[in-house]
Amino acid sequence: MSKPVTLYVPCDAAALSVGADAVAAAIAAEAEARRLPVQIIRNGSRGMLWLEPLVEVVTNQGRVAYGPVAADQVAELFDAGFLDGHPHPLGHGPTEEIFYFKHQQRLTFARCGLIDPLSVEDYRAHGGFAGLERALTLSPAEIVAEVTQSGLRGRGGAGFPTGIKWNTVLNAEGSEKFVCCNADEGDSGTFADRMIIEGDPFLLIEGMTIAALAVGARQGYVYLRSEYPHAVATLREAIRRAYEQDWLGRNIHGSGHDFHLEVRMGAGSYVCGEETAMLESLEGKRGMVRAKPPIPALEGLFGQPTIVNNVLTLTSVPVVLAKGADFYRDFGAGRSHGTQPFQLAGNIQRGGLVELAFGVSLHDLIYRYGGGTASGRPLRAVQVGGPLGAYVPESMLGLSADYESMNEAGAMLGHGGIVVFDDSVRMAHMARFAMDFCAVESCGKCTPCRIGSTRGREVLDKIVDGIDVADNMALLDDLCTVMRDGSLCAMGGLTPLPVQSAIRHFPEDFVQGRRLP
Amino acid sequence: MTAVDWNAERARAIIDSHRALRGALLPMLHALQEEFGYVDQAAVPLLAAGLNLSQAEIHGVISFYHEFRQSRPGRHVVKVCVAEACQARGSDTLVEHLKSRLGLDLGQTGSDGVFTLEAVYCLGNCALGPSAVVDDRLLGRLSPARLDGALA
Ligand SMILES: Cc1cc2nc3c(=O)[nH]c(=O)nc-3n(C[C@H](O)[C@H](O)[C@H](O)COP(=O)(O)O)c2cc1C
Ligand code: SF4
Ligand code: FES
Ligand code: FES
Repeated sequence: MSKPVTLYVPCDAAALSVGADAVAAAIAAEAEARRLPVQIIRNGSRGMLWLEPLVEVVTNQGRVAYGPVAADQVAELFDAGFLDGHPHPLGHGPTEEIFYFKHQQRLTFARCGLIDPLSVEDYRAHGGFAGLERALTLSPAEIVAEVTQSGLRGRGGAGFPTGIKWNTVLNAEGSEKFVCCNADEGDSGTFADRMIIEGDPFLLIEGMTIAALAVGARQGYVYLRSEYPHAVATLREAIRRAYEQDWLGRNIHGSGHDFHLEVRMGAGSYVCGEETAMLESLEGKRGMVRAKPPIPALEGLFGQPTIVNNVLTLTSVPVVLAKGADFYRDFGAGRSHGTQPFQLAGNIQRGGLVELAFGVSLHDLIYRYGGGTASGRPLRAVQVGGPLGAYVPESMLGLSADYESMNEAGAMLGHGGIVVFDDSVRMAHMARFAMDFCAVESCGKCTPCRIGSTRGREVLDKIVDGIDVADNMALLDDLCTVMRDGSLCAMGGLTPLPVQSAIRHFPEDFVQGRRLP
Repeated sequence: MTAVDWNAERARAIIDSHRALRGALLPMLHALQEEFGYVDQAAVPLLAAGLNLSQAEIHGVISFYHEFRQSRPGRHVVKVCVAEACQARGSDTLVEHLKSRLGLDLGQTGSDGVFTLEAVYCLGNCALGPSAVVDDRLLGRLSPARLDGALA
C-alpha cells in the first residue's frame, strides 16, 4: 500500500459555515471508494476566506490549494489527480505562492492554518512556546521591558502601549493579580480573534502565560463571546491539553510558576467588550461600565490589579519574546509598531485576513488584496474600526492604516476591521443604524448615551422621511456633540463618529427632504 | 434544539455544580439555558439562594444580556446577522425573506412553537456574509434559497 496523502481541510467556523465538514467527509468517502489512503488534518484557516472551503494537498511541490470546494466537486478533483497536485479549475497552485498570502507579513498569524490547532507537538515543531521559554529565564521587570521596547500597542481599539499597562500591574499592590483576555470581538467586520483562537489556540495560552509571569498573576480568564461556540470549544480543549502537558497549572515545567486559565462566555452584549463592563460581567454582574479611575490595572477583577488585553495583543507577545523587541519594533509606521491582522469584510471580492505591517494604504488592502467589491458595482463607502468607526469615502482610501494617520483623518483603525459597501448603500440608513445600535447596546449608566442615542434614532428617522430636514440635521449635530463630550465610555462617545462622518462625506444622502415641495 | 422541559431538581443540580466558580452567575445561566433552552422564572429564587443574592439582582442580570431568553424558544432557532458587514451583503433581503416565510418578526416565537427568529449583531463571519445561525449551525454566503434549504 502506498503512503497516505495528507490533506488539510479547515475547521475554522467560517470554513464550516460554507460546508467544510461536508467536503472533508466527501474526500474521506471518495478516497475510501478509490482505495487511496489519505490523512485529513483539520487546520485553522489560512485567512483566504473567499476560497473557503480551501483544501490543501501535501505534494512534493509543497502544499497545493484548491478552493472554494463544494462536496459535490470532490469526485472530479480526484479524477483530475489533485492528490498529486494536478491542475483543475479550482486549483491555485502552491498555497504560499498565492498573491494574497505571499506578500503578507505573518508574525501573529504565522502558524494559523499551517498546523493542527490542537496539537501541542505541531505547535512546538513550528516555534511554539519559544517565547514562554525565554520569558521563564527573565525577571518580571525584564519581560515588561521587552514588551515596552517592542512598541506593542493594544489591538482592542485604543492602541494603548501594552508595556506601560503591564508595568502598572507589575508595580501595583494586591492580594492577587489577574490576566484577562478580551475576546468579546463585537465589532462587525472583525474576526481575527476568532480565527487565531480556532487556528492557533496555544498561542493565546502562551501569550497569557507570559503576561502572568510579567506581573505575578496566577489566574487568567478569557472572556469569549457566546456567538463563537466553536472558538469556545477549541480553546477549552487546547487548555485541557496544555494542562495535560504541563504548560498550564502548578509549577509549569518545573519553573516554580503557577498559572490557571479558564474560558468564560459572554452573553450577547456588545458593551461587555468595554474592559470594565467585561470585568463586571466576569464577576457575574450586569455589564455596566465602571467610572475610571480607578483603572483596571490597579483595581480590576474582584478589585485586584488586572491586565486586560485584546486577543491580538496577547497573541503578539510570544513573537516579541521569541525574536526580541527590536525585531518586532522594526515593522510598522511612525508610532504604530509591528503588524496588524487586517480583516477585509462586507461587500468585497476577496474577503479575509491580511496581516501586514502598519502603514499599508486602505486602497492597497481593498483593491490589491480584496479585489474591490464583490458585487462588481462601484465602491462607495468603507467603515473602518467597527460600529464606532468612521465611514470613509473612496477619495480617502490613500490613507495609511496606522493609529495616528487614521486619527488625524478623523477616522479610527480600531480592531482592524474594514467593511466595504458598494453604491447601493444608503448612508442616512447607516447613520440611523449606528444610533439604533447604541440605543440597543448602551449599558444605560449615563444619560447622553442612553437617551441621546434613542433621540438620535428618532431624529434620523425624520431625516430619512424628509421631515424638517434642516432643523433635524441641526438637532442631530447638537445631540452628537452632547454624546461625544458627555458620555462615560466610547460607546456613547464614539457613536457620533459613524454618524457625523457619514454626513460629512456623503451629504447628498441627507438632503432628501430638501427635494420635497 | 434538544432542550428538555423545565425541572427544578435538574436546575438545582446545575446551579450546585457551578457554585465553586468565582463570578458563577453567568456560567450558571448559560448552563440553564443550554439545558432548558431558556432561563425559567422559577430559576430566579434558586439562583438567588445558591449565590446569596437578591432575586432582583438575579433578574437584573438575566434581563441585561440579550443572549438569555426568559421564555421557551421554538424547536428551531434562527439567528440572523443584522450588523454592518452583513448589511453590505444584503442581509436586509434575508431578514425580509425570513419574516415572511416564518410569519414572525425579529424576536418572536411562533404560536405553534416551531420557530424562533432572532437578530444578532455579528457572528464573526463578516467576509462570507450574509450569515445566520440555524439550530447552532453557522451558515455563510446565504441567499434566501440557500437559507430555505437549511430550514427544510
Ligand atoms: C463599547 C466598547 C466595546 C469594546 N469592545 C472590545 C472588544 O470586543 N474587544 C477588545 O479587545 N476591546 C474592546 N474594547 C476596548 C476595551 O475597552 C479595552 O480598551 C481593550 O480590551 C484593552 O486591551 P488592549 O490594550 O490589548 O487593546 C471596547 C471598548 C468599548 C468602549
Ligand atoms: S457611554 Fe453608554 S455604554 Fe458607556 S457608560 Fe455611558 S451609557 Fe454605558
Ligand atoms: S451620568 Fe454619565 S454623563 Fe451623565
Ligand atoms: S457582520 Fe454579520 S457576521 Fe459579522
